[in-house]
Amino acid sequence: MAEESPLKPFYSVLVLAFVCSALVAGAAVGLRPFQEANRQLDQKKNILRAAGLLRPGVPVAEQFAQVDTRLVELSSGRLVPREVLAPEDYNQLKAAFSPDLGRPLERDEDLARLSRLEKYSLVYLVGGSQGLEQIILPVRGKGLWSTMFAYVALDGDGSTIRGISFYAHGETPGLGGEVENQRWQQSWQGKQVYGPEQRVRFRLVKGGAGTGPDQAPYEVDGLSGATMTSVGVNELMRFWFGEHGFQPFLERLHAKGGSNG
Amino acid sequence: MAERTRDLLLRSIIERNPIALLVLGICSALAVTSQLITAAVMFVCVTLVVAFSSLTISIVRHQIPSSVRIGIQITVIATLVILVDQVLRAFYFDLSKQLSIYVGLIITNCIVMGRAEGFAMSNPPIDSFLDGIGNGLGYGFVLMFVAAVRELFGAGTFFGMEVLPLTTNGGWYLRNGFLVLPVSAFFLIALLIWFLRTIDPVQQEER
Repeated sequence: MAEESPLKPFYSVLVLAFVCSALVAGAAVGLRPFQEANRQLDQKKNILRAAGLLRPGVPVAEQFAQVDTRLVELSSGRLVPREVLAPEDYNQLKAAFSPDLGRPLERDEDLARLSRLEKYSLVYLVGGSQGLEQIILPVRGKGLWSTMFAYVALDGDGSTIRGISFYAHGETPGLGGEVENQRWQQSWQGKQVYGPEQRVRFRLVKGGAGTGPDQAPYEVDGLSGATMTSVGVNELMRFWFGEHGFQPFLERLHAKGGSNG
Repeated sequence: MAERTRDLLLRSIIERNPIALLVLGICSALAVTSQLITAAVMFVCVTLVVAFSSLTISIVRHQIPSSVRIGIQITVIATLVILVDQVLRAFYFDLSKQLSIYVGLIITNCIVMGRAEGFAMSNPPIDSFLDGIGNGLGYGFVLMFVAAVRELFGAGTFFGMEVLPLTTNGGWYLRNGFLVLPVSAFFLIALLIWFLRTIDPVQQEER
């Protein structure tokens, strides 16, 4: 190898860094619209899947037309009028971390380990003139490694689970990652979130769901080999269906006899 | 020339397989082989990245100062991997979700770096490109073999189609839970290495 000037490595690395960063930045910016479209499509697909409405072969956008996207103020449970805040422009995760649309959670109320909670949450309503058929709620919470994201579809009564769809998580594939398992998610169908005393009774049970009348309507088999993930799912259900989550909203719906005002 | 092309392309599949002989790239061979479809995508991505990183590095090999060559190689590789990842996310969203972090991990796949440093730095561009493709094929061959066994006996499916109906789905086949775990790939790769070194004793290491 020929004698190298001591500055040559500097120049080469500078030129390389410049070329490579231009390529990466170009790809990231140029492909963003496609990626964003994919992400939204995926979200809609998961909402429909949770509700059991997803039909393969029909364009997702067309199927999503039956879903009414609204915003709910979590503390009061009131629906937010579209003129105040449009659901289309609302980014829920960003809101949680913004100073005016989110707030920090106290340690003892932060069951799902979110650290911050948004003021408003998106909800998805399905129903015709006969009243509300399904309420689909976005939930999230920490598992063992990661934050798990899911949609829970409830019956118009605000307690019976119609379906669940975990759509993003970073749990161990094959163990905690089994939250994605379709068969396991199907076992949630028909379970009750709330007991007669209006507290969250739904839970995953390590070793298998009970069969007694006090247990069977509320319990689902825990994920084997994934205790921490199962605990995480329990806590996120308790949080999101508790007083800081959707309970005020669901109670308001119930009080109005299912009409969504 | 034709002879050499063939040699560069095919030698890496059996004779100089990057996984079986050089024992490189084991990490991703464990991680993405529980299903054939993810293994196939990984195979294509790695092949593209090795081929083009070898090509790029070979073209500029005379300009690379030897004191910073490893850093330059890894930067070129990382750039290509990010491009592949971005394209997957834009056009094959479901697949990119399944592969998740493993695409990013191609950067640390020893095969890519190994071919850049071991071949592309001292060979002309076309040869380096072919060598990259060849090594991708060799990697893919092992990946597909492991994934075929794991998916068939671990999940009862082949490319997602049901072949052996599972007891959990009301069929008769009790699935092999061991094959679902990444560790099983170690044993499959070991068996494959044993087999290859038995039929081709040249590969055996001297005692």
